[in-house]
Amino acid sequence: MVFDSKKTLEQPGATTLTMPAVEVENLTVRFGAYQALAGVSFQIPPGAFMTVLGPNGAGKSTLLKAMLGLVRPAEGHLRLFGKPVGATSPADLAYVPQIKTLDRTFPARSLELVLTGLRRRWPGRPAAEEREQALEVLGRVGAAHLAERPLGCLSGGELQRVYLARGLVRHPRLILLDEPATGIDVVGAANLYDLLNAYQAAFDVTIIMVTHDMEVAFHHATDVLLLGGVQVSFGPPREALTDARLRQAFGHIGHAHAMLRGGVPDA
Amino acid sequence: MLEVLSLPFMQRALVAGVLVGFLASYYGVFVVQRQLSFLGAGLAHAAFGGIALGLLLGTEPLWVAVPFTVLVALAINWVRGRTGLAGDTAVGIFFAVAVALGVVFLFLKREYTADAFAYLFGSILAVRGADLWLTAAVAGMALATWPTYWGRWAYATFDRDLARADRLPVERDDYLLSVLLAVTVVVAVKVVGIILIAAFLVIPAATARLLAPTFRAMTLGAVAIGVGSAVAGLVASYWLDVPSGATIVLVQAAVFFAGMLARRGRA
Repeated sequence: MVFDSKKTLEQPGATTLTMPAVEVENLTVRFGAYQALAGVSFQIPPGAFMTVLGPNGAGKSTLLKAMLGLVRPAEGHLRLFGKPVGATSPADLAYVPQIKTLDRTFPARSLELVLTGLRRRWPGRPAAEEREQALEVLGRVGAAHLAERPLGCLSGGELQRVYLARGLVRHPRLILLDEPATGIDVVGAANLYDLLNAYQAAFDVTIIMVTHDMEVAFHHATDVLLLGGVQVSFGPPREALTDARLRQAFGHIGHAHAMLRGGVPDA
Repeated sequence: MLEVLSLPFMQRALVAGVLVGFLASYYGVFVVQRQLSFLGAGLAHAAFGGIALGLLLGTEPLWVAVPFTVLVALAINWVRGRTGLAGDTAVGIFFAVAVALGVVFLFLKREYTADAFAYLFGSILAVRGADLWLTAAVAGMALATWPTYWGRWAYATFDRDLARADRLPVERDDYLLSVLLAVTVVVAVKVVGIILIAAFLVIPAATARLLAPTFRAMTLGAVAIGVGSAVAGLVASYWLDVPSGATIVLVQAAVFFAGMLARRGRA
């Protein structure tokens, strides 16, 4: 199942000598008797933009959760910047959750959510300096005008930017995004990818994004991991996303074609 | 008005009312925002079991009720964590067990216990010096844990996964919150009465939630409402010669509906 992970790294110019940003070896995660993910192995260098694709229940979010230390692998290893997950600093990781997880009854303004990225706890009264930092990063994602807006009043796209600002304010080395395009229109999603690319050009940050969006996998990603409970393929988009591999992951090829046109698989 | 304050039992009741009003509404913001209102009711009934045991043993009931209720709180957390049952189901089981034990303990006592009614409905006259010291100690714990734990509990309330990804010991913090909540419920018994403690936890926080733009404002607003309505309710209950707990809850409810009207006027 493990597909050409080495090939990517051994290509001329690839950074084989530097430490990989993310190194996953035979990762298996179980919830009780249910095996959510099995036999996942890949490496990506710093500065990579990896998308994770697969049908619902393929283990995409589980993989992110393992990288965040939210679930413990049953087997295998997972290293971020050469260290096991537990030994990495949470300040190095920016997690952009699915926006549907937001508790809209929680009384909060955008600025406070951004400040959780700095403080790693819920903020009371922000210090002037923190406020400035938060406003600066909100400005960078085009959301400065939302700073004092209640979270419950934000649209999906606006909320996504605030969550992204929350991640970026800590100057992360690795950004993990869970289906950031879900619940956002096409223009909003395109803006988000442009923001990510611009940020990546400015700072040498590694990005891993779980998505259903084939377009972004093809046009923005350096690497693609295709999951279907097990690892189906890994590599540069053109190699990982062949018709045969997509059929293997999604079952019926019709779904894959629907996705290439921008639809969402119902698998 | 001033002569009321010169009565020693009234002074004790007011100090106890202020402390309990502060405690219940402070922890109440987490209870309300985590949708744990039923836990408040469950712990109050656990306190009934503990107090009945104390009466049976012929010791100071609160000294038995504190460890008894803390044990029930820990058991609820433990069952919820182990079985995957919904939180309110675990509460429902222990709620019933504690009340059943309480009924048996009171029956075994085999003599009329007028005291039991003071515990069920709360009584200004029931507050003694030792109760004040215990309540003050519990309020001291709340103040001591506020700087560290308010932000952590609030963060985990907002989004457990974000808090866990930032390496907060969310489960351990939950146990601490449960224990402090259990102790608060027990010390509130004499002023509020077992039957109405849940309202004490919920109404001030819910009122503050209606009007507060931030979680910090919700917390401070709830505390102000909790303390203010305790003082107003105690004085009113003295003049009207009605049970203190019920009067305070009616004052809280009046503030709540005023808050609802104020919100409608504002929106």
